[in-house]
Amino acid sequence: MTDALRIDGVTKSYGDTPAVCDLDLSMPQGEILALIGPSGCGKSTLLRLIAGLERPDSGAVTVGGRVVAGPSWVPPEQRRVGLVFQEHALFPHLRVGDNIRFGLADRPRAEQDARVREVLDLVHLSHVADRYPHELSGGEQQRVALARALAPRPAVVLMDEPFSSLDESLRARVRADTVDVLRATGTTAVLVTHDQTEALAVGDRVGVMREGVIEQLGTPVEVFERPVSRFVASFMGDADFLPASLVEEGLACELGLVTVRRDTAQAEIVLRPHEVSLKLPGPGVHGAPAVVTHVEYHGAFVLHTVRLASGRTVRSWQPHSVRYPVGTEVLVSIVLGIIPSVLVGERTLGASPATSPPTPAAAG
Amino acid sequence: MSTWPSTRSSTRARFVGTGRPWWSATVVVIALVVSVPVLSVLAAAVASVGSPAWPGDLGEMLLTTVLLLAGVGVGTALLGVGLAWLVTAYDFPGRRAFSWLLVLPLAMPAYVLGFLFLSTFGAAGGPARASRDVFGGSAFVELLAGRLGAPVVLSLTLYPYVFLLSRAAFRGQGQATWDAARMLGATPWRAFRQVLLPLARPALAGGLAVVMMETLTDFATVQYFGVRTVSVGVYLTWKGSFDFASAAQLSVLVLVFAVMVLAGERILRGGARYDSRGGGQRPPAAPHVLTGASRWWAFAAAASVLAAGFLLPVVQLLWWAVSATLADSSSLSTGRFATNLTNSAVMAALAAVACVGLALLVTHGVRVTGGRLARGAAQLTTFGYAVPGAVIGIGVLVSFAAVDGWLEALGVPGGTGLVVTGSVLGILASYVVRFLAPAYQAVDASFATISASVTNSAFSLGASPMRVLRRVHLPLSRSGIAVALVLVAVDAVKELPLVLLLRPFGFTTLSVWVYELANENFWEQAALPALLIVALAIVPVWFLVRQVRLAEPHQQVTS
Repeated sequence: MTDALRIDGVTKSYGDTPAVCDLDLSMPQGEILALIGPSGCGKSTLLRLIAGLERPDSGAVTVGGRVVAGPSWVPPEQRRVGLVFQEHALFPHLRVGDNIRFGLADRPRAEQDARVREVLDLVHLSHVADRYPHELSGGEQQRVALARALAPRPAVVLMDEPFSSLDESLRARVRADTVDVLRATGTTAVLVTHDQTEALAVGDRVGVMREGVIEQLGTPVEVFERPVSRFVASFMGDADFLPASLVEEGLACELGLVTVRRDTAQAEIVLRPHEVSLKLPGPGVHGAPAVVTHVEYHGAFVLHTVRLASGRTVRSWQPHSVRYPVGTEVLVSIVLGIIPSVLVGERTLGASPATSPPTPAAAG
Repeated sequence: MSTWPSTRSSTRARFVGTGRPWWSATVVVIALVVSVPVLSVLAAAVASVGSPAWPGDLGEMLLTTVLLLAGVGVGTALLGVGLAWLVTAYDFPGRRAFSWLLVLPLAMPAYVLGFLFLSTFGAAGGPARASRDVFGGSAFVELLAGRLGAPVVLSLTLYPYVFLLSRAAFRGQGQATWDAARMLGATPWRAFRQVLLPLARPALAGGLAVVMMETLTDFATVQYFGVRTVSVGVYLTWKGSFDFASAAQLSVLVLVFAVMVLAGERILRGGARYDSRGGGQRPPAAPHVLTGASRWWAFAAAASVLAAGFLLPVVQLLWWAVSATLADSSSLSTGRFATNLTNSAVMAALAAVACVGLALLVTHGVRVTGGRLARGAAQLTTFGYAVPGAVIGIGVLVSFAAVDGWLEALGVPGGTGLVVTGSVLGILASYVVRFLAPAYQAVDASFATISASVTNSAFSLGASPMRVLRRVHLPLSRSGIAVALVLVAVDAVKELPLVLLLRPFGFTTLSVWVYELANENFWEQAALPALLIVALAIVPVWFLVRQVRLAEPHQQVTS
C-alpha cells in the first residue's frame, strides 16, 4: 500500500535561517501523527510545505502517491490536502452547509447535498447547516472546520493547533470527538501542537521537532519513556537529571543502581516524577536519605520536591492521600521495575540516531 | 541523504512566491501601465535634451513655484499645527465639534474657494469698497484677489492634512510632555519650541508633503490669481503650441520639484518616527480649561478659520445659486448642466470601476502569490498619487503618441488620432494612474481583515485563484470596494487639472464648467455646480473623519 504522505529530504530556509532541514517522513494510510516542538522548531513550516503554501528549497513531498513538490509542483488547490486552522478560518459570509459545500464544487448537486449531510452527521452538527459561522460556539466552529476539510475526502488532513483557541474545559471533549471522527473515517492526519499531553493522547506516533529536524519519531510510549535525547526528555514532560558513575555492578546514581550496562564511565540518568518513590524511614525501607523542600497540591496527585544529601533535588508524584510536610525526612528510590534512560552528553545511551520505523505495529 | 535534486534557490522562491506566474504577471503589468506615463515623460525629456526649448520666463516661473510652495507651506503649518494644538490642549466652547469641523475645508476644492475670493476681494467687492471708504485705499484687500490670494486659498483648503496628522501626534503624547516641560520650569515659548514642535515634526513633515504635492498639481486655481508656476507653464505650453518636447521638459521640472518635496519630508522627519498614533491606546490627558476672555479668543480663532475655509463660501454659493435660479428660471444653463453632469457622472463611474477593478486584481494577486515581486509591483501602483497632475497628463499624452507611432508604423494611417485633439480615453487613463492609490488602499485595508488562513482554506478545498477571488475575497471585501468606488468617483468629479489638460474640444465636466464660468466672472451661474461638487466632496472627508475616530476609541467624555 502506498503511503498517504511521504517527505523525502525536504529543506526550507528563510534567508539564512533554516526552518526545515533535510527532513524525511512517511505516514501510512489512517495514521494520526502529532508534531510537537518549541516555537520556531519548524513544525508549522513543515505543515505549510505539505499543504503547498511554501515551496521546499530541495527535496520532495508526495501526497497519496503523487509527487506534489520536488521535480514537479502542484498548487495547494490540486493537492487533496485538507487544512484545519487554529482560528478555524470558516468563511464568515457562507452558511455552515455552504462552507462545507465549498470544497465539493466539481460534483453534481445531489452528491454535494448528500456529502454535506454525511459529514455534518459525522460531527453531530446536522442541525446547524443553515446557520452562519458566527452563530456557533467555538467548539462547533472547530467541528465544522473539520467537516469542511473532510468533505472532499482529502488524502491527508493537516491541523495547525486546532484546539488551542478553545476553552480548557471544552478542549478535551472536542479533541476526543475529533480523534473519533478521524478514526471512523480512516483519515490520515498530521496535528501540530505545543501541548505534550495532547500530542501523547492523540498521536499514533509523536514527532518531536527541534531546529528543523524531527529529533524523535515514535509511539507516545517510546517518546515519553525512552526519549532519545536530553531535549526530548525534558520537552515531553517533567524530568530531573542525576549524575551516574560506574560501579562494580553497572551504572549507579545517588538513588542506587540504574543499569547493569558498563559501556560508559560518565552519564546522567533521566528521572520523571512518577518514577521516583518516597518512603518514610523504617525497618526494611531502603533509599537515599532526603528532605522534603516543597509540596504542590495538584488535586489527584501531590508533587513533592526533595533535596538529596548531595544538594541535588528530584521531584516525585505521590497520590493525593500522601502529603509529607516540608522538612520531612524521607528515603528516595527509583520505582520498582523502572529502567530510567541514561544520557551520555545530550543523547540517550543505546538510542539509535535514526528514528523508529513508520508503522505503529512495528514500532510498538 | 536527499534523493532529490535541489529544485530552486530559496531566494528565487521568495521572490516569486508560491508560483502563480499569471497572477504575478498581472500585478507587474498593472504596475508597468501605471508607471508608463512618468517613464515616458522622462524618456521624452531625455530625447529632447539636445534642443532645449525653455520658455523665456523660466527663471521667474521657478521662483514663483518656490515662493508659492513656501507660502502654502508656512500657511498650512501655522493653521494646521496651531489649530491642532488648540483643540487638543485647551478646552473652550465648541472644542469637540471644532476638532472635526476643522477638517471640512478639505471638501472645498481650491478652484471653488479661489473664485469666491476673487469675487469678494476684487476691486468691485464689498471689502474693497469698505476699505476705500475707511482707509482711503484698498491695496491690501485687493492683494487677496491678486497674487497673495493663491497661497491663502491653497492654505485654507489644504491645512486639514497638517491639522489631522498633528492632532494625532499631540493626542498621543503632547499634553503630558508639555506639562512635564512646564513643570521643569520651561516657559511656554520654550516648551513649544523644544518639546512640542519636535514632537509634531514627523506629522508636520508628512502633512506638508501632501500639501506641497497638491500645490504642485494645481495649475487651475493659481491662474485665477495670475500666478505662473511650472505646472501652469506645462499647461500653457501644451495648450498653446501642442509642443511635446517643451511640455515634457517642463513637466520633468515639476517632477524634480516633487522629488525635492519627498526628499524634504525625509530631511524634516530626520529619521524620527515617534509613535504618534499611540493615542488610541490610552486616553489623552485632560485639556486645560480656558477661562474668561481667552476661551472666546480660542473660539474665535477656530471659528474664523472654519468660516473662511468653509462656512462663508458655502453660504455665498447657496445665495448665488438661489438668486441665479430665481432670476433666470429658463436658465441658459439647464441644458448644459444636464450634459456636464452626465459627463462628470460617466467619467466618475468609469474611473471608479476601472480603478477598483485593477486594485482588486492587484490585492488579490499579492495575496495569492505572496512573493516579493508582486508586493513590490503593488507598491509601485500607488505612486501615481504622489505625481503632480501635469506630469501624469503630459505622460499620458506622450504614451498615446507613442502608441500612435506604432500604429502608423503598422500601417494604420493617423494612428488613433487621439493625441492632439485630446480624448476621453486619455482622461480616463490619467485618472487610473492618479486614483489607483486610494482605491488600492481602501481595498487592501479590507483584504487585511481577511485572515490568510481563510484564503489558504479555500485553496486547500480545491478552489482556483479565480474562484477564491469570486467566492471568498470579493464578498468579504465588499465594504472596502464600496468605499473605494465612492472615493475614486468623488475624486474624479472634483478633479480639474487633468481634465483641463486632456479633454477633447467641447467636452466639459462639472469641474471644468465651474472653472470656465468663474474665469468669465459668471459667478452666480458657477455656484450651483460648485455646490454640487462640494456636497460630493464631503463624502470622502466624512470617511476620513470616521476612520480617524475609529482609531481613537478613547474619546474624551467631558467637554
